[in-house]
Amino acid sequence: MDVVLLSRLQFAAATMFHFLFVPLTLGLAFLLAFMETMYVRTGDEDYLRMTKFWGKIFLINFALGIVTGITLEFQFGTNWSRYSGYVGDIFGSLLAIEATTSFFLESTLIGVWIFGWKKLSKKAHATVMWLVAFAGSLSAIWIITANGWMQHPVGFTIRNGRAELSDFMAVVTNKFAILELIHTLSASYVLSAFFIMGISAYHLLKKQHVALFTKSFRIALYFGIVSTLVVVVEGDTHGVHVTEVQPVKLAAMEAHWETTTRAPIHLFAIPDEENGKNLIEIGSIPGLLSFLGYHDFNAEVKGLNDFPKEDRPPVFITFVAFRLMVGLGTLFLLLMFIGFLRRNKLSDSPLFLKAMLWAIPLPYIAIECGWVLAEVGRQPWIVYGLMRTSDAVSPIASVQVAMTLLGFVVVYGLLGAAGFYLIVKHARKGPDAPAKS
Amino acid sequence: MVLETIWFFLWGLLWAVFFVTDGFDFGVGALSPFLAKTEKEKRVMMNAIGPLWDGNEVWLITAGGVTFAAFPLVYAVMFSSLYTALMLILFSLIIRGVSFEFRHQIESPAWKKIWDTCFFMGSVLPAILFGVAFANIFKGIPIDQDGVLQGNLFTLLNPYGLLGGVLFLLLFLEHGALWLSIRADAGLKDRSVATAQKIWPLLLAVAVIFLVATAFATPLYDNYLKNPVLFLILVATVAGLVGTKFFLNKAAYFKAWFASALTITGTTFFGVTGLYPNMFPSSLNPAYSLTAFNASSSPLTLKIMLTVIVIFIPLVIGYQIWAYTLFKDKVNDKELTY
Ligand code: HDD
Ligand code: HEM
Ligand code: HEM
Repeated sequence: MDVVLLSRLQFAAATMFHFLFVPLTLGLAFLLAFMETMYVRTGDEDYLRMTKFWGKIFLINFALGIVTGITLEFQFGTNWSRYSGYVGDIFGSLLAIEATTSFFLESTLIGVWIFGWKKLSKKAHATVMWLVAFAGSLSAIWIITANGWMQHPVGFTIRNGRAELSDFMAVVTNKFAILELIHTLSASYVLSAFFIMGISAYHLLKKQHVALFTKSFRIALYFGIVSTLVVVVEGDTHGVHVTEVQPVKLAAMEAHWETTTRAPIHLFAIPDEENGKNLIEIGSIPGLLSFLGYHDFNAEVKGLNDFPKEDRPPVFITFVAFRLMVGLGTLFLLLMFIGFLRRNKLSDSPLFLKAMLWAIPLPYIAIECGWVLAEVGRQPWIVYGLMRTSDAVSPIASVQVAMTLLGFVVVYGLLGAAGFYLIVKHARKGPDAPAKS
Repeated sequence: MVLETIWFFLWGLLWAVFFVTDGFDFGVGALSPFLAKTEKEKRVMMNAIGPLWDGNEVWLITAGGVTFAAFPLVYAVMFSSLYTALMLILFSLIIRGVSFEFRHQIESPAWKKIWDTCFFMGSVLPAILFGVAFANIFKGIPIDQDGVLQGNLFTLLNPYGLLGGVLFLLLFLEHGALWLSIRADAGLKDRSVATAQKIWPLLLAVAVIFLVATAFATPLYDNYLKNPVLFLILVATVAGLVGTKFFLNKAAYFKAWFASALTITGTTFFGVTGLYPNMFPSSLNPAYSLTAFNASSSPLTLKIMLTVIVIFIPLVIGYQIWAYTLFKDKVNDKELTY
């Protein structure tokens, strides 16, 4: 296999693995901070036990987030050195700003939080978690600004044979990045909410620690309802912007081959990338794609066949990933609606609780699909319209990459399994018994 | 010109701070199988660095990030040409990082054994490999005009490179033993002090050999001979080394630790100053070398980044000092978290 393909696989494996842990960190940190604050304000021991219980799971997850993050920071240099040299002037600074403004704060304070229960006042300790949560989202701002720039590069000029920064404000206020940020953060909050609701549902079904888990469930439910609404509504706006700046991605998302007005959406299709058509199309809804892309049922949507073959992303993956994400998003809306209706009689809704337990993996799938759509759909460009992925790779031997790819799969596989086991173990065991009962 | 030079030394400073902070974490990890006699002592060793290691590691991420931002070509060529060595460091940091959180989760000797090994390997390997990498950079790396390495991992494992590895390992072992002398109690503390005492003469010997070998294997002294004032850096480094022993003998462990920090900073700056303006010299042809001037970012980026650094790094140092003061006392072995 060639270096480009191996490096792409390695990058995909490393980022997708990192993003199994990051979203939970982003959302759970805020919920933990909220729970601990409730404890400080009400003195209710339930909130303290709740904070400690979710905190333990948080920390296992956090550890995996950290160690997988370091790999990413260095992979641009190890595997994409041509890319790093070409765009480092802009892209590198965003990563460096992320490290100085957010990683330091998050990593230093998480240590203080873990070890500081007896050393800080209750209030100060809760404040530390708010800062950790804030730092996490701040880090998302910078990394997504960097990714947004790859998706839609702005604020640069080509000088000295590379892309140089000409307008920092344009990079920071890139509309693509801002939409991406809102969507990713709200998706992460959805995931965290479902995670808490799912585990709470498990204990509510077993009728243990009922008071504590009813509270946890409700906090997560409100958080989840709001985030799900945001992710879905914003996802729609996002689609319109993607259409504007990356029309070929939209066409691939929908397996849309011929340029037409009143372009349809197919609920299912099997694209034939060789011959530029779909083998099967099921459940086509005319005009919906025009509406999605332009908010106008009659708009003309450019088809894949009007783009040169070498500029098209892999259609099938992009198409399936989009379907899954949107399908799951719709399901989450439904679940949140039911949750809202049943919010005061959770313990009497075993069916709903069971559904929520089984729903834990779904936001994970949705969020990974979203990223696959965004990143695979960007191909064959590493920086959209500016640099091709095949020109970006490091001049290194493919055996080296093959070895490290294997290493990542093995090490991450083992660590992932261990982390999963530990989280399940803790989640099942439930919180410690109340101090005085 | 000025901007690039400022960035060059900031770059050196970030590496130095990383070696000073995470350096003692590596030292403690590398000493863990030898100093801890009981399960409790093993946990004390982990807890001695538990609250701080993650914040320390971010200095590495920042050093990497700043290389990327200010000297993108150095970032690109350094990390791709040292691919295998860097990946080994990454894998080490990964297994070390999870061992803190995973080890105490299950009460089983076999389980703990796994994470003890990860903690140890994940600390020793980076300590050595950073030394090997930096010594090779001092010496020059066989890269061609496209920044492609003519060689492999074994090219780096030359005698001078390995000497650098041993030097770094000893520096960090000493630094870690001193940190444990501060934070551990009773038997573990006594053993840590004794270890610091034992490592010191070895460190001295290797440091002297390294300084001599540097004169033969590298052009680092050229800058010093051109500008003898710079020898003050070497004087400071030696002062740190002597101070370590002096304070160790007086049982002033904090001061000894600071002296050791000075040694590490001095060693880093000894190399960096000798390199200037080279950042990643080519041993094949000086014309292929990457320097602070031919590898830097645009002036606009350098200015923006300088603003960011000037505002945030002092802030970071502020809250990290606060965290250090929270966790400078003896580890309370009744409240072990890890
Ligand atoms: C819980 C997860 C989740 C859910 C329910 C949704 N999304 Fe999403 N989506 C993501 C999680 C996500 C993501 C993983 O976070 C992505 C990857 C990049 C990004 O900005 O967000 C993403 C990307 C992404 C993109 C591609 C952006 C790009 O190319 O850069 C579009 C067009 C949408 N989403 C649209 C939607 C729509 C219309 C949804 C309505 C149901 C939806 N998403 C639900
Ligand atoms: C954390 C969520 C993310 C996931 C799951 C993800 C996923 C992926 C996947 C699947 C690929 C491979 C695409 C292909 O080669 O076909 C990829 C490539 C890449 N992504 Fe991401 N990505 C994420 C975030 C980011 C961010 C935030 C950045 C930049 C800051 C980024 C930069 C890159 C680069 C440089 C490549 C390699 C070149 C390429 O294949 O185009 N990714 N990513
Ligand atoms: C959408 C994409 C991403 C988001 C929102 C994100 C966010 C985060 C967050 C919140 C953490 C804290 C630890 C944890 O989450 O468990 C983290 C860790 C880390 N991430 Fe990511 N990340 C993303 C992708 C990336 C990429 C592409 C890189 C590479 C440049 C990266 C580099 C790192 C590093 C180096 C750490 C470790 C920091 C530490 O030691 O505390 N991340 N990331």
